[in-house]
Amino acid sequence: MKSNILPVALSAAFGLAAMTAASASTLEEVKERGTLNCGVSTGLAGFSQIDDAGDWQGFDVAVCRAVAAAVLDDPSAVQFVPTTGKTRFTALASGEIDMLARNTTWTFSRDADLKFTFIGVNYYDGQGFMVPKELGVESAKELDGATVCIQTGTTTELNLADYFRKNNMSYEPVPIETNTEARQNYLAGACDVYTTDASGLAASRSSFENPADHVILPEIISKEPLGPLVRHGDNEWEDIVRWTLNSLIIAEEKGITAANADEKKAASTAPGADTEIARLLGAEGEYGAMVGLDNEFALRAIKAVGNYGELFSQNLGEDTKIGLARGLNAQWTDGGLLYAPPFR
Amino acid sequence: MTKDSSIAFVLKEPKEAEPAPIATTGALAWTRENLFSSRLNTALTILSLLFLAWMIPGLVQWTFVDAVWFANSIDECRQLSPGGACWAVITARFDQFMFGFYPEELRWRPVLAFVLLGVALLPVLWDAVPARKQLFFFSAIYPLVAFALLWGDGFIFERVNSSDFGGFLLTMIIGVTGISFSLPIGVLLALGRNSNLPFIKLICVTFIEFIRGVPLITLLFVASTLLNYLLPPGTNFDIILRVLIMVTLFASAYMAEVIRGGLAALSKGQYEAADALGLTYWQSMYLIILPQALKISIPGIVNTFIGLFKDTTLVSVIGLLDPLGIIQPILADSTWNGLVVELYAFVGLVFFVFCFAMSRYSMYLERKLSAGDRH
Repeated sequence: MKSNILPVALSAAFGLAAMTAASASTLEEVKERGTLNCGVSTGLAGFSQIDDAGDWQGFDVAVCRAVAAAVLDDPSAVQFVPTTGKTRFTALASGEIDMLARNTTWTFSRDADLKFTFIGVNYYDGQGFMVPKELGVESAKELDGATVCIQTGTTTELNLADYFRKNNMSYEPVPIETNTEARQNYLAGACDVYTTDASGLAASRSSFENPADHVILPEIISKEPLGPLVRHGDNEWEDIVRWTLNSLIIAEEKGITAANADEKKAASTAPGADTEIARLLGAEGEYGAMVGLDNEFALRAIKAVGNYGELFSQNLGEDTKIGLARGLNAQWTDGGLLYAPPFR
Repeated sequence: MTKDSSIAFVLKEPKEAEPAPIATTGALAWTRENLFSSRLNTALTILSLLFLAWMIPGLVQWTFVDAVWFANSIDECRQLSPGGACWAVITARFDQFMFGFYPEELRWRPVLAFVLLGVALLPVLWDAVPARKQLFFFSAIYPLVAFALLWGDGFIFERVNSSDFGGFLLTMIIGVTGISFSLPIGVLLALGRNSNLPFIKLICVTFIEFIRGVPLITLLFVASTLLNYLLPPGTNFDIILRVLIMVTLFASAYMAEVIRGGLAALSKGQYEAADALGLTYWQSMYLIILPQALKISIPGIVNTFIGLFKDTTLVSVIGLLDPLGIIQPILADSTWNGLVVELYAFVGLVFFVFCFAMSRYSMYLERKLSAGDRH
């Protein structure tokens, strides 16, 4: 969403004065308020949605809940603030929300120019293509001359132009505004190809009446590392959010789940046990105090939402309708990109 | 005069009139006059009938016959009836459409507020209501009652956070507040614009022209983002309140121009007559000018009301979950992901009911008020 940068940057500059005046740390504010204000998407399958009972669910939502569990000892003490692509950055810059977990791509200008800090990557995405199976296309290289449904004003639009130019192909864009509109256009045959982030394609395909009639082509043409972010200027808060996410990733690596976390903690002090588990779960050392929390903050986060792998399989994984494979989002030990720094 | 015996029969009473020819009365005549009065009209009528015959069976089939009213997911809907509407999403998410995230055990409060709204509107809309004076008093304090019911006062009623508001509850709050406050403010602005006092006139003209020169969506963005920067940090200025203020100001500026049109339509004699009677400015406005000007302006006023009511959906752009806004997170849930038409059709239907009711009321009011007119 490159087009949003200028107005956001302007208002962010506006906000600097306000921010410097707000001297109380984010952690203190959150504790005093008793709830975490967390910005999420107004609706993206698998990442943030409301269920029949009216509760927020999803992969991004779970990050908010994990932080709330770590800081406030209550995964439900979250005030979810639905943000659109237009309001997300101003909401964060102005202090309306404490953190943003809204499948936001980590880019240079957002990090440096908008004065935000991406605390890590919770989902490695990339732009892909979906075509009806009956077209018989097997590679994006065969798409010369195709009509493409594309959301306007996004980085995907630029990526698409770059990719086709690089491969000496032509295409005819069908500009559309929202994912829903794109899906209807694509199903009605207004375009041969629909392109957006691969996770979005999978989510759209899962909602079709006959998902098997459509294929997602193997080419991924861009890097879209999606991650939660916080404001510049409060490094302690940044560390808390970063290490809550890292804890979930380390927990998967070490086989700690929401169900067995307490057992693992008890077992971790035994001689010969993995000392990183002991440190992570608060059985050894004073690690929580370093970020202004108690030693069990990671334990609480893991018990509240589960480890990274559990989160993935509940919200996006192959057992859900979205049915995404781990792919790049596997642990580094399994050939993926998830590589949390050691908890030491 | 003697009785003329050569006349055998004299009709003492007027004879009953023959019924009008069958071709000039009843359904047949109406049809002939309105549907088949010329070749062009006949052709258009036949075309329209063909179009309806082509469209309606499918629509009825989809909407009612094949429709699924209760199911737990879109897959179940598709299994039960692949070609029909899946209204199950509306029944399953009805509460969210109505109240957003308003706490379930407290939902009687907005319902009560809605019922009381009807009571408060009665004396305003209908002059034959018994005990109208006392009811007017209730209408005057209704905003406070509604506020205490909806947000809670912290003593009797538990507080409810603004972020829990959503769905048609939000639409009603914004719409009703905007409508009821924009009319008096609009009247004042219109009078101010016609004022002889240059300072007041300048303020009113500047305000009206500024607001009318800026799209509502810009004002909403100002409310949602820019105000955060301008206010001292830590102040908690409620987002719904901010939106209410912006929407009301916006509608007031338009209202002022509508009413100014009504004021301009009165002949100068009315103003001069009021002055000649020795009435003060406010007396002449209240007794002579405004009753006439407002009556002329009714269609324009209701037009602005309806426009405002529909414009409330714009708040979904700043992340408030009004009926249109709440469709997004519902669609994102994989249980229902894939439905589109049903949700928007439902929201459209509810809006139509409200707007149509407003429009009918304005027609009733016009008829009633024009009864005294000579033309």
